[in-house]
Amino acid sequence: MAHPTDTTDATFESDVLKSDVPVLVDFWAPWCGPCRMVAPVVEELANDYDGKVKFVKLNTDDNPKVASQFGIRSIPTLLIFKDGEVAGQVVGFRPKSDLARHLDAALA
Amino acid sequence: MTNENQAPREVDIAIIGGGPAGLAAGLYAARALRTTVLFEGGVLGGQIATSDRVENYPGFPDGVGGFELAMAMHQQSEKFGMETVYARVTDLQVLEDGRFALRTDGGGDFIAKATLVTAGADPVKLGIPGEVELTGKGVSYCATCDAAFFKNMEVAVVGGGDAAVEEAVFTTRYASKVILIHRRDELRAQKVLQERAFAAENMEFLWDSVVEEIHGDVAKGQVEAITVRNVKTNEVTRMPMSAVFIFIGQTPNSNLLEGIVPMDAGKHACVNAWMETPVPGLFVAGDVRADAARQVVSSAGDGATAAIRADHYITDHF
Repeated sequence: MAHPTDTTDATFESDVLKSDVPVLVDFWAPWCGPCRMVAPVVEELANDYDGKVKFVKLNTDDNPKVASQFGIRSIPTLLIFKDGEVAGQVVGFRPKSDLARHLDAALA
Repeated sequence: MTNENQAPREVDIAIIGGGPAGLAAGLYAARALRTTVLFEGGVLGGQIATSDRVENYPGFPDGVGGFELAMAMHQQSEKFGMETVYARVTDLQVLEDGRFALRTDGGGDFIAKATLVTAGADPVKLGIPGEVELTGKGVSYCATCDAAFFKNMEVAVVGGGDAAVEEAVFTTRYASKVILIHRRDELRAQKVLQERAFAAENMEFLWDSVVEEIHGDVAKGQVEAITVRNVKTNEVTRMPMSAVFIFIGQTPNSNLLEGIVPMDAGKHACVNAWMETPVPGLFVAGDVRADAARQVVSSAGDGATAAIRADHYITDHF
């Protein structure tokens, strides 16, 4: 089982920007209902893409620096990073099949 | 990783949409011991999932969090055997034997003896320049999701109904100033909500006004200003603004029903008091039906009514 790990303002660079594999970042906050719906879907995707994509979560309340650096104004937002650059973005809750399509497009 | 060639699964009752109508229907259908599958392609709870507090659902004197209520309803329905498939239903067909064929986006195919469409409604967009490009960058249809990103900033809320006023009041917790922009000179919202809005210190009202354009920097990801026109004087002003929250009504998710059941001018499906459509075994409940009160409690009631009738229908016809 692959699980998303937590990333922070302090570890974002090493966790995400310098990652050897593409990274999906789930921007969330505890007060955001739809974010709690996204979490299990991201868990499932982490399993499906195990070894190909790294999955991390960033709490925007605790880590405002990264959230503002990437202009996150709405959560849930998922950003897909490839070689340190944003390669894909999904704002709002989407079903798993939609997210998989975004991931596949970003990885291609 | 679904096998596209798999034979469709046969169930008694298919419920399309996991808001209060669908979740209540699922509870009643499952308790009638019908095999029941609920399809949800978005967020469980539908519109209440993004509502900060629900204060008018009976049984909760202090109100209840919208998301918490949705989760509790879902838990209750699953406890009695309802199954949830997290996929969007993309196609609904009536078969020759009276059953329904449902195709989903990633969740497989199903055949059901009765189908309940409880697909709810989605927010209406303003349809103005800048709106689509800046969605998620300061343009939002969910204040409870996004208001916290605009701490100590000036934000606009568009609309005059319950949702607009409620969300505007919520947003005053974060924003330095909330400007409620409404095309009329009075609010349509419930009086208790209006009183709260008029009492909020950092809230202002811009009457008889419509937003015509949202300006911002897509690359930087921010809204910078809005263009507002006074509908009485036609005076146009540009106001600096960090966010625009839009609550101007909902549009029913009735696409699946098009050509199958009669609809009103607003594309709501017409049903009788049992939530029955003219198609035997096809029920429509909640915000997607015509003449609905569009409340959590009435939607849940609709869902229960439809499920009870669907149970009887299956007994009589299969």
